Amino acid sequence: MSGGRVRRLLLGAAAPVLALVAAILITSLVLLVAGDPVLDTWSTILSAPRERNVANIINNATVLYLSGLAVAVGFRMNLFNIGVDGQYRIAAFAAAVVAGEAWLPGYLNTVLAIVVAMAVGAAWAGIAGLLRATRGVSEVISTIMLNFISTSLVAFLLRKAAVRAPGSNSINTKEIPEGSRIPGIPFGGGVVEIYGFVVLAVLSGLAYWFVLNRTRFGFDLRATGQSTTAAVASGINVRRMIVIAMLISGAAAGLVGLPILFGDAYSYGSTFQSGLGFSGIAIALLGRNHPVGIGLGALLFAYLNEQSNPLQILVGVSPEIVAITQGVIVLTVVVSYEVVRRYRRRLEQQAVAAATDRPERPAPTEEVAT
Amino acid sequence: MSAPAVARTPAPRVRRRSPYTYLAVVVGLLVAVSLLEVVTGADDLTSSGTISATLVATVPIALAALGGLWSERAGIVNIGLEGMMILGTYGAGFFGYHYGAWAGVLGAILLGMVGGLIHAVATVIFDVDHIVSGVAINIIALGATQYLASRTFVGLPGGGSTQSPTIPSLPSLTIAPVSDGLQGLEQRNVFVISEVAAVVRALTTNLSALTVIGLLLVLVTYLVLWKTTFGLRLRSCGESPVTAESLGVAVLRYKFVAVLISGAMAGLAGGFLAMVASSNYRDGQTGGRGYIGLAAMIFGNWRPGGMLAGSGLFGYTQTLGLRSGRDSVHALLLAVAVLALAVAVLQLRRRHVRAAIGFAVAGVVVGAVYFAIDEVADDFTRMTPYVITLLVLGLFSQRLRMPAADGESYRKGSAG
Repeated sequence: MSGGRVRRLLLGAAAPVLALVAAILITSLVLLVAGDPVLDTWSTILSAPRERNVANIINNATVLYLSGLAVAVGFRMNLFNIGVDGQYRIAAFAAAVVAGEAWLPGYLNTVLAIVVAMAVGAAWAGIAGLLRATRGVSEVISTIMLNFISTSLVAFLLRKAAVRAPGSNSINTKEIPEGSRIPGIPFGGGVVEIYGFVVLAVLSGLAYWFVLNRTRFGFDLRATGQSTTAAVASGINVRRMIVIAMLISGAAAGLVGLPILFGDAYSYGSTFQSGLGFSGIAIALLGRNHPVGIGLGALLFAYLNEQSNPLQILVGVSPEIVAITQGVIVLTVVVSYEVVRRYRRRLEQQAVAAATDRPERPAPTEEVAT
Repeated sequence: MSAPAVARTPAPRVRRRSPYTYLAVVVGLLVAVSLLEVVTGADDLTSSGTISATLVATVPIALAALGGLWSERAGIVNIGLEGMMILGTYGAGFFGYHYGAWAGVLGAILLGMVGGLIHAVATVIFDVDHIVSGVAINIIALGATQYLASRTFVGLPGGGSTQSPTIPSLPSLTIAPVSDGLQGLEQRNVFVISEVAAVVRALTTNLSALTVIGLLLVLVTYLVLWKTTFGLRLRSCGESPVTAESLGVAVLRYKFVAVLISGAMAGLAGGFLAMVASSNYRDGQTGGRGYIGLAAMIFGNWRPGGMLAGSGLFGYTQTLGLRSGRDSVHALLLAVAVLALAVAVLQLRRRHVRAAIGFAVAGVVVGAVYFAIDEVADDFTRMTPYVITLLVLGLFSQRLRMPAADGESYRKGSAG
């Protein structure tokens, strides 16, 4: 029994490890072909991060984790929310405007802004959900289109809402008042801080796990994702589930930009970080939509991002090389899970065959006789 | 990707349109735009400059859309078009600078095919979800070009980590007598005649060889996919791979080739951006045109003619936005309003009351916007292709028909 469990654990770990190794090999190959030092590059990336770097990794991972969760909610229902990128930017912009206006005092203002962000993200994703449920429009295409629409819309609204800082080219929304910012958590020796939003991200992960695995709604959602026909047969309103799943995914996406907004930038500007939604897709795939797996995936991506920064200075290699690693991981992770699944199935078949076949194999001569 | 349920029902027979219908549409468009110019006074709508720029903006979109067409007709959804285009821009920059203009074109195609190869290996051989693979390719392509650019362009004259040195330009065609002769006619602003002159001038002045090649490829694609056995077999893989395999078609091989060609087209689209629309590779040059190409293909109902019309439409709006044509786009609003009202009347005559009301309301709203504002902000011009695509998908999804097995995984031997 325990031997079987160990093997199951090993097999479970095999797929991500295999994916990582393959990604590292392919990246090394690219480095080799381009004539860059392979070993120096990896030893820089794999060197122990300093306290400040660890804090950066955790901060970056917080953001990526939320993005991964948002994508994963859709994945569990077989919905491909490529629009997390657009959803979090428009939501963060709305939150920045609300928080900057400071209609409510202190943390009430923060709470209001977070609620607004989730509502805006949900509404933006809801468009795709409605189009899918009522008109059968693929959510992949509609969310791609909505990403671009949100880019232009936010650029337009930002110009309307912005205050121009004197002597600066960038335009930003009003700064969030100090009483409404989310304080950082002292980290390590207390010299550096990590986003206070980390707590909220962890809570989101718990909520994700609880809702999907311990509620009737979560069961319906997973059932619909695994088999629409079975879901219909058991009385689930699939169209309603599609809209609700997109709304939840969008609401989660609304949170993605907030750690940066409340813990670092304090306003939304034309230079606000973009592209986090696409990393989220990769991370959700890497973590197999499991809240802990997504966390590990987010940490890995954040680690690669942070550790690649000094590459240019130390070994003269462009840090974009890790983008190749990250993209390749997305592919290798899917392939290696499939390979491991097939291998496991073959093991099972052998085990079953071994258990059932051997004791009572009828002698061939008898069969001929009767 | 989940196909809308309607895609399963047998499609209504497509009406055969004669070439004259297309000609009539083109002439009708010219008359309509001329009329619009007269009414609104937005003179830049059909200047030869606008038309040349539209051509330059249309071709890369059309090439990307062709890439989408090749791949999706074989049943492989390709949202990695953007990434393959990015690879193409780099290929044009690297090979164009080192080995000359035509080598740049080949380099763009080659690098696009590398992207196609990754997609083909992932989706056809390893059965990876098409969307997942596409997303991965977009991430890899962006990272790879940025990495390669700072590896290969830094230190070259005019080059850097975000741009290549200037690429030698491709030959371009100018028929001086026609071009100069029609200049006067165009500037005289004679109703419709001047517009025709402008179109002819745009086609005879500084017409890049790659523009011609790009437009020819649309024709070639149509001929190959719809008029040859190869094309029929390829499309059968996108409609019903099981049937195709039972008839002896090597489904996986066709899919693989289709995705490679798709990558080549997208790469060429990127090359066009670097060599014709600009004169070197720049970081972020594609600006989402791969996705616009995807949109144009959907707008065109997975058919070359419609796809070209979609690319033209998106290229035109993009051009008007770029030529600081805030009043041009504003003028287009009036056209949209009139068009919507016309469709409303048409729907009413067909007794589709709800659709008629919808179009009438939309027409009135757009008309009201036209009279309420003086110019359209660039941001809204930029989002036009995407909004149009969403509207087309939302309003006409019943009439769109994607290849029946598009996006579905297929393993060899499924025919049983």
